[in-house]
Amino acid sequence: MEIFSNPLIYFVIIPMLTLLGLAFCNNRGIRAIRTVAVVGAVALVALAVYLVCLFLQARGAGDTSEMILQSKVTWYAPFNIELALGVDGVSVVMILLSAFIVFAGVFASWKMDPLPRQFFLWFFLLSTGVFGFFISIDLFTMFMFYEVALIPMYLLIGVWGSGNKNYSAMKLTLMLMGGSAFLMLGLIGIYFHSSADGNLTMNILDIAHNDAIPHQWQMYLFPLTFVGFGVLGAMFPFHTWSPDGHASAPTAVSMLHAGVLMKLGGYGCFRIAIYLMPYAASELAWIFLTLTGISIVYGAFSACVQTDLKYINAYSSVSHCGMVLFAILMFNTTAMTGAVLQMLSHGLMTALFFALIGMIYGRTHTRDIRDMGGMMHIMPYLGVGYVLAGLASLGLPGLSGFAAEMTIFFGSFENADLFRRVLTIIGASSIVITAVYILRVVAKLLFGEVQDEHHRTLTDASWEERLSTATLIVSVAIIGCFPNFFVNIISDSFLPVVNALKDYFPVAGL
Amino acid sequence: MPLSYTIAVIAIPLFMFLFLGLAGVKMSRKLTGVLGVLGMAVTTVIAYGVALTYFFGTGQGQIADGVRQAVTVFNPDWLSFTDTLVVRMGILLDPIAAMMLIVVCTVSFMVHLYSLGYMSDHDGNPEEGFQRYYAFLALFTFSMLGLVVATNLFQIFVFFEMVGVSSYLLIGFYYSSPAANHASKKAFIVTRLADLFFLLGIMILSYYTGTFDFNQLVFGSNGANDMAVAQSAIASAGGATFLGCSVTAWALTFIFIGGAGKSAMYPLHIWLPDAMEGPTPVSALIHAATMVVAGVFLVARLFPLYVIEQGAMEIICVVGAFTAFYAAAIACVQSDIKRALAFSTISQIAFMMTSLAVSSADGALIEIHGGTGLGYMASMFHLFTHAMFKALLFLCAGAIIHAVHSNENDKMHGLHKFMPITSIAFLIGCLAIAGIPPFAGFWSKDEILVAAYHKGFFWGLWMSMVAGMTAFYMFRIYFLIFFWKKHEVHTHHAPKDQPWTMTLPLIILAAVSVVAGFVPAHDLVTWNGHHLHTQLDWTVAGSSVAIALVGILLAYKLYFKENDLPERMKNAASGLWTAAYHRFYMDELYQFITHKVIFQGICVPIAWFDRHIIDGFFNMLANATGSASFAIRRLQSGSVQSYVYIYLVGALALAAVTMVCVLI
Repeated sequence: MEIFSNPLIYFVIIPMLTLLGLAFCNNRGIRAIRTVAVVGAVALVALAVYLVCLFLQARGAGDTSEMILQSKVTWYAPFNIELALGVDGVSVVMILLSAFIVFAGVFASWKMDPLPRQFFLWFFLLSTGVFGFFISIDLFTMFMFYEVALIPMYLLIGVWGSGNKNYSAMKLTLMLMGGSAFLMLGLIGIYFHSSADGNLTMNILDIAHNDAIPHQWQMYLFPLTFVGFGVLGAMFPFHTWSPDGHASAPTAVSMLHAGVLMKLGGYGCFRIAIYLMPYAASELAWIFLTLTGISIVYGAFSACVQTDLKYINAYSSVSHCGMVLFAILMFNTTAMTGAVLQMLSHGLMTALFFALIGMIYGRTHTRDIRDMGGMMHIMPYLGVGYVLAGLASLGLPGLSGFAAEMTIFFGSFENADLFRRVLTIIGASSIVITAVYILRVVAKLLFGEVQDEHHRTLTDASWEERLSTATLIVSVAIIGCFPNFFVNIISDSFLPVVNALKDYFPVAGL
Repeated sequence: MPLSYTIAVIAIPLFMFLFLGLAGVKMSRKLTGVLGVLGMAVTTVIAYGVALTYFFGTGQGQIADGVRQAVTVFNPDWLSFTDTLVVRMGILLDPIAAMMLIVVCTVSFMVHLYSLGYMSDHDGNPEEGFQRYYAFLALFTFSMLGLVVATNLFQIFVFFEMVGVSSYLLIGFYYSSPAANHASKKAFIVTRLADLFFLLGIMILSYYTGTFDFNQLVFGSNGANDMAVAQSAIASAGGATFLGCSVTAWALTFIFIGGAGKSAMYPLHIWLPDAMEGPTPVSALIHAATMVVAGVFLVARLFPLYVIEQGAMEIICVVGAFTAFYAAAIACVQSDIKRALAFSTISQIAFMMTSLAVSSADGALIEIHGGTGLGYMASMFHLFTHAMFKALLFLCAGAIIHAVHSNENDKMHGLHKFMPITSIAFLIGCLAIAGIPPFAGFWSKDEILVAAYHKGFFWGLWMSMVAGMTAFYMFRIYFLIFFWKKHEVHTHHAPKDQPWTMTLPLIILAAVSVVAGFVPAHDLVTWNGHHLHTQLDWTVAGSSVAIALVGILLAYKLYFKENDLPERMKNAASGLWTAAYHRFYMDELYQFITHKVIFQGICVPIAWFDRHIIDGFFNMLANATGSASFAIRRLQSGSVQSYVYIYLVGALALAAVTMVCVLI
């Protein structure tokens, strides 16, 4: 089959092979399970790096096509369902992000107990969905992979979670499924208006070129798709699954979920909702801008009073992911590039946070910051990691958050209307609130006197924990120190979207 | 020395930070300290080489047509916002950048050396966290150097954040102590709030001018500050206004607020006194000599723009003059010597700010000659001399604290006999800051006063008064520490002068404080690169020396020998004294706003709303679904009889309806 010569398909095949490999292991052979998982994760990272090289090579060679490495196989002709693959700069960096998080996640769940084999099985099934989503450019395939990524969450939280896990797993799954229901309606609607001459198609690029969705239909379909994806992107007021879900999820699942899965929301919003329905996007942007603007400050203020480490990060994610959707709705290349940088940055640093929280929780058996203190003395490695993650989160230059947030703010400020300017200023003020809650946690958790004498005997990170966190820390630092490398990959990908919006939206600087 | 060697000046501290931070734990503490000092020594030598080449060398484009130029050594792209709006990270040398290289490296090197002794116990064993300490010092030095050589406004912002975080880490160095913990948090958050305004200022300015680059904002084609370029940058806003003021005035005011946060101008000064919880050498380096002048440096960098936007300049002038007085008043009553020095620092930085702001007194554009460029030069000159003598004072304070293990002056008294070298060094520092000729402070402060009188008699008089207060409170501290009454030896060993690593920096800085006033600043650091003709204004100089002497005499009268006069004065004006001692209750005000208004009034209600209203709604949805299905579950009983029964009833009902319809 010709499609197997396309490197993209291997992003789905490798996790599936890993699944197969895991199926042959048995639960007592933890060594074999780990080996298979690590081989799978390393292969994904290698492939993702290779993909970046391919992309740079193609762009360097003057290939300016919207998507590279396109190929398709027909699946179900009556509905024009195809397995259509293709990537642009945004998908490339999202794939790179996912690969690194899967890699770090495998090491973070090194001592998973009980049922390690089943855990990794579901873990890799989830990864299959994530990668499949990012490589597809067909509405149906995207939706299918989207669901594949969501369903395993229920079991991963319900079986391996902690605390009030049944409630959380159910809540998370139901709310996300509710989002999918909206989304599916939206996608079906798009499909039936995908072409003016009756040649209906599921292919995103074709739909965008046809530009056939009637304006009055866009006004219905855009909110459906945007909210559908927005639920996963933790948009206010559909974010409440996030605190409970994250709090109950096991470490690696929190990492993957906050690190990658929530990015599916932002990615989908821009790739499907805005790109395919530019008219409705510019007409209705003000509603969603208001909601995401609320998300940013609301999440940050809520995080200030939480006492559970995971709740703090979950609310912090609401704030940071709000910024992603906020920037996407600013409709210019700069802000949208910032949104993708923010996705990368948030993905890595939240994964780092959850990894560290998991490691600390595994030792202290509490996540309540009031019961902890002086951890820096006891576990300096984890402490330093936590401080670095915190600094990345509050936007220290040299770490990823700063470059992302600055690109977003400067991009948003390019819009000259007062509404967007005021929202930008409100959004920017979150950098102060973020500093407040991050420093509060750092001071309570790491500094000060040791609160509980039993904590004095705890150990610092083991080698696999060090490897897992170091991978993420180095990635965060690389993005922070060399943001232009990523900006150059990303920014051109937004030209088609911005061009599509140009007819409806006065974009500054175009 | 080629000017491109400046890269090494930036790179070595960065390398030392990474090296000591990553590998330091594996090394012995002593070794990391020595390596840190050596690294800083090399940096200092190169920095001096570069700066002296810039000022006195020829042939590298630094002087053209008799004008000292701004030379961009290196300027790669770092982050592109759009094709034209690009953030670059580079190195730019102009008179103030070169001067700052000297200031930062000198003080940093002294502090590195001094810390070998200070961060050790009395037997010379380094304390815990020694490696971390040197790594953070290197990080700070790197950030500060990156700030002063910035080629564009955004780079300054980036390094503003970096120095902010190094300051945070160093204030909180003793992280087990709740006070240090609290102080570091406060310092970071207050300066972050200021940085938010800085960011807004940059956004506005860059939106209208389309650039961050100083070369397009302030530097002319001849490479020096140029009013015409600044004019056209301002004009590119096209006269846009917001709430009655031009957008550029807004932008510049916001940028000043950013600078005011770092430079501890009222009302953003509250973090600086608390920052004294950090180790004393850190206070000397960051909170006296270098980071706190970043705001002054920022305003000086954009000086031509501020000259045009008079409104912003007036704000700086008022804020500066008020802060100078306010901090001096508080410094008069503090009993913790580091706090007193901290308020003295705030007051002196306010001098520099005011000096910059009075530069444009006549409202017209600055003339090449004449008095109006004087304030700029005086400000930068004072920045230089102040860095030297204030670092000296702090390091002396550190030596004293190290000897008596307390910050409070009632634990000191009468130390002159025990620590003669420290005492003399402290005296030199006091004379310098009080403005007694020929010590460094006299020359720079005198020029500030001249510039202030140039703006108006009121401003001159006001600043002279503050100068008198400066002399008074400094000598109050000096007499209370070293004289007042006989020292009571509490600990088993009497206080003495500290080891050479600590004493040598004191001697060097004292020597510099004596001679620094003779640096020809009017030739080297003028706003437009031209030589500035100045001469001592004997009226101003004479009167300011007289006021300083009055201040010193008053302090002598009150505090040299133990007497009850200070106590009586305190009782006579107890309300004023208490208010000043409590810093006029600014901290309490902030405490109220942050805890009661923001935390209790905003955060807690939002969190409640989230859990109970929003989440409650979704839970209610789920519960409603649950109850509904519970209610209708009987329909799916599985009993065939009831299904048939319902089927029958339904069929009959349908038939009845049909019948009725047909009949009608």
